Amino acid sequence: MISKSLETLLDFVKPSDGMACSFHHHFRNGDNVLNMVMEALMDRDLTNLELYPSGIFPVHTSLIRALKENRIRNLTTNYISGPFADALNTYGLTGELTMQTHGGRARAIIEGENAIDVAFIAVSACDEKGNATGLEGDNVCGSLGYAIEDAIHAKKTILITDTIQTTITNPQIRSKWVDGILHVPSIGDPRGIVSGTLSITKDPLGLKIARDTIRFLDESGMIEKDVSFQSGAGGISLAITKMFTETLEEKGLSASFFTGGITKHHVNALEKGLVKDLYDVQCFDLDAIRSLRENPRHHFMSASDYANPNNDHRKIKDLSIVILGAAEVDLDFNVNVTTDSSGTIIGGSGGHSDTAEDAALSIIVSPLLKGRMPLIKDRVTSITTPGQSVDVIITERGIAINPKRHDLLERFKNTTLPLMSIESLQKKAHALSGVPKHSPAKGRVIGHIESRHGQKGDALYRKEG
Amino acid sequence: MKTVSVGTLESSDCLVTIKPHESLEIEIDTVVHDAFYEHISDLVRKTLKEHGITKAYVIVQDKGALDYAIKARLTTAIKRMRDDNG
Repeated sequence: MISKSLETLLDFVKPSDGMACSFHHHFRNGDNVLNMVMEALMDRDLTNLELYPSGIFPVHTSLIRALKENRIRNLTTNYISGPFADALNTYGLTGELTMQTHGGRARAIIEGENAIDVAFIAVSACDEKGNATGLEGDNVCGSLGYAIEDAIHAKKTILITDTIQTTITNPQIRSKWVDGILHVPSIGDPRGIVSGTLSITKDPLGLKIARDTIRFLDESGMIEKDVSFQSGAGGISLAITKMFTETLEEKGLSASFFTGGITKHHVNALEKGLVKDLYDVQCFDLDAIRSLRENPRHHFMSASDYANPNNDHRKIKDLSIVILGAAEVDLDFNVNVTTDSSGTIIGGSGGHSDTAEDAALSIIVSPLLKGRMPLIKDRVTSITTPGQSVDVIITERGIAINPKRHDLLERFKNTTLPLMSIESLQKKAHALSGVPKHSPAKGRVIGHIESRHGQKGDALYRKEG
Repeated sequence: MKTVSVGTLESSDCLVTIKPHESLEIEIDTVVHDAFYEHISDLVRKTLKEHGITKAYVIVQDKGALDYAIKARLTTAIKRMRDDNG
């Protein structure tokens, strides 16, 4: 079924109240598809929708309309950025918000917990049978990794594209999974996919953290032949990725693979032969898209092959090192990247708790003070990633190793790096900032954080007043 | 009577505005209100007292500055107000 009319396509889907729909964030803040479909569903006066967007970005204003008009029952996602979080506070949900992980979402779809009626998937090009890719067409987005399990398991899979070609090279989505194709003038703006903070930090504190992290990795003995590595796209993480590949070059080593969201810094390492393979669940910039299209050592992978804890072939199972950020950490090494200290949602796990659990060494990097707020709390506002998955916290003023890592403590006995207990690190912060008054998040429970294995974790609140 | 402003609204800084007034009035607007409002309020009152200020209108717009930054901005503001107003 191919149509140029969303209305004709929706007549084919036969949407109904309570329908479960999924959307994907491979266009990040350049996505037109979620808004297009949601507006049409709302114009048909549908209510009690079950929504499964893999990530919510500021561009997704139609979701705010859906909250205002009270059309969403349950909402399950991995990441929320922008004004939608405030709208959740204002309008609430009739059902529950569930914050999953990238690996947990894939697992829940495969195992039937996330039962999706219709997956609406933006693809940059497809053929008339429904073989699809994010690498060809006018508006390329790169890897479609987060949409693959939806395409396979949803009752109906609808592709939305602006480019239909006679053939697709190496399709990421197979025609046998696809029920319908909507051909529209434009699915999105690829410039929007790089709308995050994708430049290396120039902040001297951030660079100090990056340098100390490289020293820590070097002294840990883990920068060796065939090391594997993942880091995020934050400014400090990118600085570390760059310095990490420079260190490989100096030592005459090459890494076995990098995973996760891929940037031009990862691509540079591949092109210089400093890493053998890239496994790409999402392209963060246009260099990554070009490389995924052209370089046979740059591989596409689905969210399940990336991080599903019940997939024995998941790539991060073999990951040596992951570098992650934090909004808050606590004395038990728990990490929060889901809410700020007042309980407002500012993000979500994404792959944070998946990679922290699986990697041999998981390192949290962050300034010790954010503005005046100390990074280290007695207890985080909400646990995104449990402390048992976290090995080291690196700040500009000190480094704390999780006491459960006896091996690391032993290895770093004689280091000149500023190693200290996490309690001492917290005291250092308080000496500068003062002790913050603790005001626990309160209000009505609006939902929960869910672990990658499907267990219900900390509550999320809708603030009163 | 001249109003004096010292500082910036950059992250981790504050903008202190002070002007002569018939009583002591203090307004504090801070991004870390829940965690540090009282702490900052105490610091501002203590600093004003140290400089013998009993009457003034003081506005602190804080973007997460640490104590020494707030104190330095306020001290400079007091000095400039005194210089300007004889």
